[in-house]
Amino acid sequence: MSRSLPYSANPLLRIKLPAIRSRVVMMLIALAFLALIGRAIWLQLFTNDFLQRQGESRYGRTMELPASRGKILDRNGMVLASSLPARAVCATPEEVKASPEQFAELARLLQMSTAEIHQRLGAEGKTFVYLKRQVEADVAEKIRALGIPGLHQRPEYKRFYPEGEALAHVVGFTNVEDIGQEGMELARQKELAGRPGSRRVLRDNLHRVFEDVGTLREPLDGRDLQLSIDAKIQFHAVSALRDALREHRARAGAAVVLDARTGEVLALANLPTYNPNERGQLSGAQLRNRVITDTFEPGSTMKPFTSALAIESGRYAPHTVIQTAPGRMTIGSATIGDSHPHGALTVEEVLQKSSNVGTAKIALSFPPETMWNMLTAVGFGQPPELGFPGAVAGRVLPPRSWRPINQATISYGHGISVSLIQLARAYTVFARDGDMVPLSMLRLNEPAAGVKVMEPATAQAVRRMLEMAAGPGGTAPKAQIPGYRVAGKTGTAHKLEGGRYVNKYIASFVGFAPVSDPRIVVAVMVDEPSAGRHYGGEVAAPVFAQITGDVMRTLRIAPDSPQVRQVIPADPVKETQ
Amino acid sequence: MTKVCLWLAVALIGCSLSLVTSQQRARRLFIDLERAQARAQQLEVQWDQLQLEQTGLSKVSLIDSRARKTMAMQPVAAERTLHLSIDVVAEARAREASR
Repeated sequence: MSRSLPYSANPLLRIKLPAIRSRVVMMLIALAFLALIGRAIWLQLFTNDFLQRQGESRYGRTMELPASRGKILDRNGMVLASSLPARAVCATPEEVKASPEQFAELARLLQMSTAEIHQRLGAEGKTFVYLKRQVEADVAEKIRALGIPGLHQRPEYKRFYPEGEALAHVVGFTNVEDIGQEGMELARQKELAGRPGSRRVLRDNLHRVFEDVGTLREPLDGRDLQLSIDAKIQFHAVSALRDALREHRARAGAAVVLDARTGEVLALANLPTYNPNERGQLSGAQLRNRVITDTFEPGSTMKPFTSALAIESGRYAPHTVIQTAPGRMTIGSATIGDSHPHGALTVEEVLQKSSNVGTAKIALSFPPETMWNMLTAVGFGQPPELGFPGAVAGRVLPPRSWRPINQATISYGHGISVSLIQLARAYTVFARDGDMVPLSMLRLNEPAAGVKVMEPATAQAVRRMLEMAAGPGGTAPKAQIPGYRVAGKTGTAHKLEGGRYVNKYIASFVGFAPVSDPRIVVAVMVDEPSAGRHYGGEVAAPVFAQITGDVMRTLRIAPDSPQVRQVIPADPVKETQ
Repeated sequence: MTKVCLWLAVALIGCSLSLVTSQQRARRLFIDLERAQARAQQLEVQWDQLQLEQTGLSKVSLIDSRARKTMAMQPVAAERTLHLSIDVVAEARAREASR
């Protein structure tokens, strides 16, 4: 039986080793730990930022946060322009490998020919080509499903304009980069565009974002813009204008409807127009905004301002008699005349019958400066502060350059050029009892304060004259609307081509309704009517009547005509059995 | 002393585990948030799409052409409009009430 020995009695333990050995080992281990601690301290405290940056550069990404472009709405909240996500389909030509069937399907989806696709992919020296931009999202998904290598997609936005042609000149359009090019899209680019933001994120090997490091810049979506335009009134204006252009075989036309109380533009129609959703082939004539950027000699539509000058001065009353016989008048070497002699006319009849001689006689009794002051006070010669691109000032020569013949012709609208919107705005002075408010393309919550231009009594007197001019004895009985009192003035002017007057005309009419409490001002211009009739009273006044009648109904304005309190249907609709 | 060290070691391990768990939870929640945000964006796009569609369908020009062509309707002309003043309506109501 073996005898067991306690552990401490092990003879090996009795061997005396030099103590230095264990101390050296201890010291080495301690040094190793110290080195580790030192390294940890170095990494954690002194190189922390560097290491953080290195780590983040391997897993961190800066992601752009897109800002959506604001919508454009009409005054009732109808969408006039809105952006939807789309894709740009692009390719790395060298990497594209697809079968003929895949190419055919791709061409069908992109609405391009296969030859066109091959041509783009075959462009020499290009490592990146766009096949098509602003492809709708569902089509882009089908393209992705084809699985063609080398084909990529980039997110972008596509702008849609549901009202299309009717509001093309007002709303305008953006380019493929979503930057405004025309109309309100251009004028309000900054507000609509917003500002894209960015943030830092951490992504794993599969490019999945798993942590948000921080937002570098908050995205700021574009602001929605509510226009003063009423889509219903715009439709009526465009329809009436289109019918007139067809009937009179005119080259172009324009109409504008203003709210006389607030100065808001309720409709602004231009023909010819274009579809902002399909801008493949646009001509200059289609793009021209004739209401704002075109000027023309207004003709007789200027006469009310001469009448207003006469009444405002106190030297003339509406019943002051002016001799216009024999219907001609020689000033220097030039002779001006009326279409037929009228004889003695009162100031209000001068406007009602649209006598050039009577108007010129009134004008020549004032110094040119006084007349110029009146014209500039109502906004002629200055661009309207509309915040709209391309608004023109028109031309009103300085009074020191006026000779008597200039003064005479300017009094009835020749030798002066104005835009249709200037003319419409100027008429608000008669619709508003002598003061004017700035125009606005945006919906206003509160109307701006008016600036007084003439005495209310003067404006009311001219209003009565304009009502006579649009009445049975005036030049525009076709401006009448059953149930409503209307006032306005016709204009017919020869066109200037190459510095000479030619036998082409611009027919116009500017008026307002209802006369008892004017709510809207409507100005109509028809360019080169060529179906036989060219007078403003025959061509433009019926358009005014149609638009104004429709607007009265749309805005639910009560009739004010004392003669026709209740209009009996002329041709009752037969009831179905 | 040994007991204290043991408790501290257990607490340390517990804290480490809870740190890992909470980080995992935070990442999951973040992924959920990302998904929800993407869904919100998708719904916003859908809303814009529907709004555009609604505008397209309620366009005055479309209603007008459908009314004229499909339903053979005529526009309301001022000549065939009967305007009733409030007095007339009030009188008619008063007459009806007195019967």
